[in-house]
Amino acid sequence: MTLRIPMQEQDPEKRIKNFEEVALGYSADQAVSEAKRCLHCADPGCINGCPVEVDIPDFIERIKDGSFDEAIRVVRNKNQLPAICGRVCPHENQCEKFCLLAKKGEPVAIGKLERFVADYDRQKGFKISSKPKSTGKKVAVVGSGPAGITVSADLAKLGYQVTLFEALHATGGVLVYGIPEFRLPKEIVRAEIDYIKKFGVSIKTGVIIGKTISIDELLEEFDAVFIGTGAGLPRWMDIPGEDLCGVYSANEFLTRINLMGAYLFPEYDTPIREGKKVAVIGGGNVAMDSARAALRLGADEVCILYRRTEKEMTARQEEIEHSKEEGIKFKFLTLPTKILGDEKGWVKKIECVRMELGDPDESGRRKPVIIKNSEFTIDVDTVIIAIGQSPNPLISRTTEGLQVTERGTLLVDENGMTSKEGVFAGGDIVSGAATVIESMGAGKRAARAIHEYISQK
Amino acid sequence: MVAKKAKPGQFIILRIDEKGERIPLTIADFDVQKGTITIIFQEVGKTTKRLGNLNEGDQILDFAGPLGNPIEIKRYGRVVCIGGGVGAASIYLKVKELAKARNKVISIIGARTKELLILEEELQKISDELYITTDDGSKGHHGFVTDILQKLIDERKNIDLVEAVGPVIMMKAVANVTRPHNIRTIVSLNPIMVDGTGMCGSCRVRVDGETKFTCVDGPEFDAHGVDFDHLMTRLQRYLTEEKLALVLG
Repeated sequence: MTLRIPMQEQDPEKRIKNFEEVALGYSADQAVSEAKRCLHCADPGCINGCPVEVDIPDFIERIKDGSFDEAIRVVRNKNQLPAICGRVCPHENQCEKFCLLAKKGEPVAIGKLERFVADYDRQKGFKISSKPKSTGKKVAVVGSGPAGITVSADLAKLGYQVTLFEALHATGGVLVYGIPEFRLPKEIVRAEIDYIKKFGVSIKTGVIIGKTISIDELLEEFDAVFIGTGAGLPRWMDIPGEDLCGVYSANEFLTRINLMGAYLFPEYDTPIREGKKVAVIGGGNVAMDSARAALRLGADEVCILYRRTEKEMTARQEEIEHSKEEGIKFKFLTLPTKILGDEKGWVKKIECVRMELGDPDESGRRKPVIIKNSEFTIDVDTVIIAIGQSPNPLISRTTEGLQVTERGTLLVDENGMTSKEGVFAGGDIVSGAATVIESMGAGKRAARAIHEYISQK
Repeated sequence: MVAKKAKPGQFIILRIDEKGERIPLTIADFDVQKGTITIIFQEVGKTTKRLGNLNEGDQILDFAGPLGNPIEIKRYGRVVCIGGGVGAASIYLKVKELAKARNKVISIIGARTKELLILEEELQKISDELYITTDDGSKGHHGFVTDILQKLIDERKNIDLVEAVGPVIMMKAVANVTRPHNIRTIVSLNPIMVDGTGMCGSCRVRVDGETKFTCVDGPEFDAHGVDFDHLMTRLQRYLTEEKLALVLG
């Protein structure tokens, strides 16, 4: 059996000095060769593994034939953001996990092929066949992250007049403030947003729903409202020293870099402190992103502190591998307990304890337990806390009649409708922090439900 | 759109251009009919300097708000509003609305020197009493706003609320003056912000031993619970970069 075609990447030595994209993409020949590895099995599990049910064997078949225009049409039929999903989806846990070849060795590189056709399409310049016929109905979408973009695109295609509101100055939500340039270039997010604009979606940035306009006011003007405001509230460890200078939430660290361009300071006005010895707490993609961004800012040493082991880390395999290649150090079974500062209020050290794995917890992963008298300290000048995000509370705090769960997520029924009639929600604001593709899947379901709701009204 | 929702104590976030930073500024006044928001700023860093160089009719890229929680406007009785330096801009709207709510409002504004005093005439018109202090004695009382506040407290006992906005050191001094007398004191904090919508925590402050985000939990806090020293430390985080940005223009 042939091995999968590797994708060309920037050399680690070189790439840790820039913020440019690490993976460079397939050439047309490479894509065709990789597509030829697909066995076109009778019962393709890959489709079921995809949260938005892209017809994977079909688009791969078309790549194999060299019909790239046809291939992208098949992908876009289900997925509004293929260039993004091709880059950031955890394919190894989704489509590729169910590939027949995965059982025998290496699965077809479905994600890389998706990226290839999406990039091919973008470089050619997007075309849309025809503008859909207007239903005369209006929908407001709040939040321009993956869920909001998907809802907007799906409803616009059905002929709804969609207005997409974004609180920040740039569209894309976590795709622009959270995911760094070296993993997902902002240009690609912009292009995907331009694509949905072609369907007539009107975008309003700098409008903070809940503050500038209330949900109730939206309901006066629109036939339905979708809330996709995501999980943007940083979680803290609740350990002493978290308020010291030099301690960042991953959100602040990454927002300064990604959204505000702080890595280009002083050309851009927003600054960031370039730590020399950096500790990142957490084991997900956000932790990897923070660590790799810190390295690119010029850190001498970056280590990731994680209380479980490598096996339990939630980050994508590729991100972990890339981090290792770049020289990020991993300290597993390590739990920070205190951050220590100097007399001026800046971070100096971080105190940790060692852990061992006990019995499985509710997530099915073995629960880490503290080993007694195992305290030790690490010298650091920057600490980044990347242990997760909670749902953004701005709308639930400012809207009457919206039921919220204990975790701060919005309560929805099986159709994605909140406790407020005509107000739907989906993505991280409902599920808690998850993946881009899961939010898109929620967006797709919400779009169907909104269509049904308005049609029956 | 912002003017329709603006209330005293709230702020906006603006960004001049694509490479600009997002800075929060207090809403100094607003006009719902005209749909305008008035902001008043002191040219201290790169962004405010560039803002000062703009001409009437020029446009900036982003202007979002209103953000933060407003102060509660109701009849308290006798209220003392204190504005230090450009902080006078932040108390103007509060004085106006508190006076409308039939409070007796005593305003105190202070600055280093008389040239830096702002809104004196405007505050004179809407306050029941106005006191002026300068550090150098060039106008009004030679000394600090807290000297006047202390005098007011010594003279009459019933001050129902103190609202103070200004440099951290001034707000801390005000809190220290009112604390022994148990006078409810509200301050408006000015930490470094990035998004202004509760997402990053750059603006976290310590109030009553708890961490709060100024942008969504504030910016108005009970002065007696605020850890002002901690706020001062965190305001120093980017001094080097701020100076560099100014030098490079």
